[in-house]
Amino acid sequence: MSKRQLILLLLVLAAACALPFFISNYRIFQFTLVLVYSIALLGLNMLTGYNGQISLGHGAFYAIGAYAAAILMDKAGMPYWATLPIAGAVCLVVGFLFGLPALRLEGLYLALATFALGVSLPQLLKYHHLEKWTGGVQGIVIPKPDPPAFLAELGLQLNQDRWLYFFTLAMTLLMFLLAWNMLRGRIGRAMIAIRDQHVAAEAMGINTAMVKSLTFGVSAMYMGVAGALGAIAVQFVGPDSFDIFLSIVFLVGIVVGGLASISGAVFGALFIQFVPNIADSISKAAPWAIFGVFMIGFVYLMPAGVAGAIRIAVARLERKRQN
Amino acid sequence: MKRLLIPIAAALAAVLAAPAALAQKKYDTGASDAEIKVGNIMPYSGPASAYGTIGKVEAAYFKMLNEKGGINGRKLNFISVDDGYSPPRTVEMARKLVEQDEVLFIFQSLGTGMNTAIQKYMNVKKVPQLFVATGATKWNDPKDFPWTMGWQPNYQTEGTIYAHYILKNKPNAKIAILYQNDDYGKDYLKGFKDGLGAKTSLIVKEVSYEATDPTVDSQMVQLQASGADVFFNITTPKFAALAIRKAYDLSWKPLHFLNNVSASVGSVLVPAGLEKAVGLISTQYIKDPTDPQWNKDPAVMAWKEFMAKYYPDGDLKDASNIYGYTVAAALAQVLKQCGDNLTRENVMKQAASLKDFRVETMLPGIKMNTSPTDFAPIESVQLIKFDGKEWVRFGEVMGK
Repeated sequence: MSKRQLILLLLVLAAACALPFFISNYRIFQFTLVLVYSIALLGLNMLTGYNGQISLGHGAFYAIGAYAAAILMDKAGMPYWATLPIAGAVCLVVGFLFGLPALRLEGLYLALATFALGVSLPQLLKYHHLEKWTGGVQGIVIPKPDPPAFLAELGLQLNQDRWLYFFTLAMTLLMFLLAWNMLRGRIGRAMIAIRDQHVAAEAMGINTAMVKSLTFGVSAMYMGVAGALGAIAVQFVGPDSFDIFLSIVFLVGIVVGGLASISGAVFGALFIQFVPNIADSISKAAPWAIFGVFMIGFVYLMPAGVAGAIRIAVARLERKRQN
Repeated sequence: MKRLLIPIAAALAAVLAAPAALAQKKYDTGASDAEIKVGNIMPYSGPASAYGTIGKVEAAYFKMLNEKGGINGRKLNFISVDDGYSPPRTVEMARKLVEQDEVLFIFQSLGTGMNTAIQKYMNVKKVPQLFVATGATKWNDPKDFPWTMGWQPNYQTEGTIYAHYILKNKPNAKIAILYQNDDYGKDYLKGFKDGLGAKTSLIVKEVSYEATDPTVDSQMVQLQASGADVFFNITTPKFAALAIRKAYDLSWKPLHFLNNVSASVGSVLVPAGLEKAVGLISTQYIKDPTDPQWNKDPAVMAWKEFMAKYYPDGDLKDASNIYGYTVAAALAQVLKQCGDNLTRENVMKQAASLKDFRVETMLPGIKMNTSPTDFAPIESVQLIKFDGKEWVRFGEVMGK
């Protein structure tokens, strides 16, 4: 990371920390969701952007994470923060196991297999033998976390929304740091190699099946953590929350944000959080048509996503300055 | 000194005069001399978008009210937003309405999961969640959720009524059930089984379908094969029409109970074929505008005029449009009762003191009644039977 990038990152971080003191609680809630979605998009981007596998059902892992957190809080009385690693671990295992057989399928076939997962999960959540835990069609209501007592002792007065925002921000930073560390190293290069030249990667001694399954697992883990954070922010999980549309919206998010880009996850999250609201305020009759127009506009004007467009713009500026 | 005294005296006078003024008019966020802000959340997009018309007809109703001068001189500002039938979006939209648009209360938010998701938030914020558009039973819980109130008869009560009818008139029935696999279908099922009590063994077969299924043909074949002679049909309009037609095509002629959700001549029985629907039993609480017996009814005619003038795009066959009109009229009554005391507390208080209130689009004998311990405005329904042309009411109004 260059010095300039580091300064920029610190500036963005400072802005993110200052943000909740200038906006209403409702906006804070929206930005908390942006952070949640950015973790989810980062997870999906590892799989699709870096490893070249298309999943149409990643919303299922988001749902599993959300339900894991909700059930642990509701039935086992666990504190909200303790549910995150468990939700992540559950999704890592499920994702890895699902990845093993599914990854024998390439491209479109994998997309279809994951699509099946995404479509079937809401129905499984309603399955009456699981109702004891999932609450069936009624879902589970989760209490809103209070800021920890030690903050008040230190003289920091945060309301619930601000606390949740900072908690989510800290988790987001952690997840992004882990991803950055992984993607620029040996594993990241192996993932990209498999995406670009499957056979060459294998010839170089990369265990492609293992790397692909692991990528699937890790990406599911990111989804799970995001799902758990999302459930805590929304304070409710139910089968209607996780229909197949969620998976599609995630896919839209990574394409608009920028494939194979870490910062793209944040841009994508901003897009999927705010553009539907803008679309709704433009037309009540056909909000998704407006959403579609936005989507086509973005893809047409920024084919490499927002992150890609910024990269190109910066490169152009550099060249101009050198001339 | 004297110069200082005058402003102080003036200020004192103002302070002393203020309580008198306050006693006349009291406002919470969202209400003023000029307007009352009402929030509403509807699935204009997504899998349940067919219900979006309820929000539109309500907006049309309030437009009509405003043209006639509003309620107690105040205009209604109806802010209706889309949640796409997704609970996380409902939470976001409820927060937008309460914290950003600063509405006095939220009216008719639609869907059981969606209302469950915001119920706690609304009650912590002490903002009324009034007349929610869902038939689940749990909205009548004033002790735990004093800021949430249902409106329509709940599904469980209706299911119980059919069960009691069967026990009384056909004690040796063999019952087959088709239900939609969601909260709505399961609530009906629970009420029905509760009503059967110890006799749940009368049920010989129950089959479910998903709202996204293309048909219910295979389910109907299974149900017929069970040898049942009573059929409880818990389906939404499209599937109800398919099920009625399929039963007829299979020459399966059970005693057929159809849930109120689909008791519409125009949108269910006509598409199914009127001759195939003879003998169907259901319940109603609102007049079905597609039923010929109401063609000359003044209330239904007034509704048709209203539709033509304020919501010409609305489908006159869609039962949701007369439902929305009726519940909007009920809200107008609550706000009228509030007078100049437009606090959130008083809105709940007035909503909880409806006494035998009727909107004339409701069936004869059906009334709205609420009290501080009863948050279920409509608790009675009328049994009806289809004679090939129209719904014939029989028996007394059932329920409370």
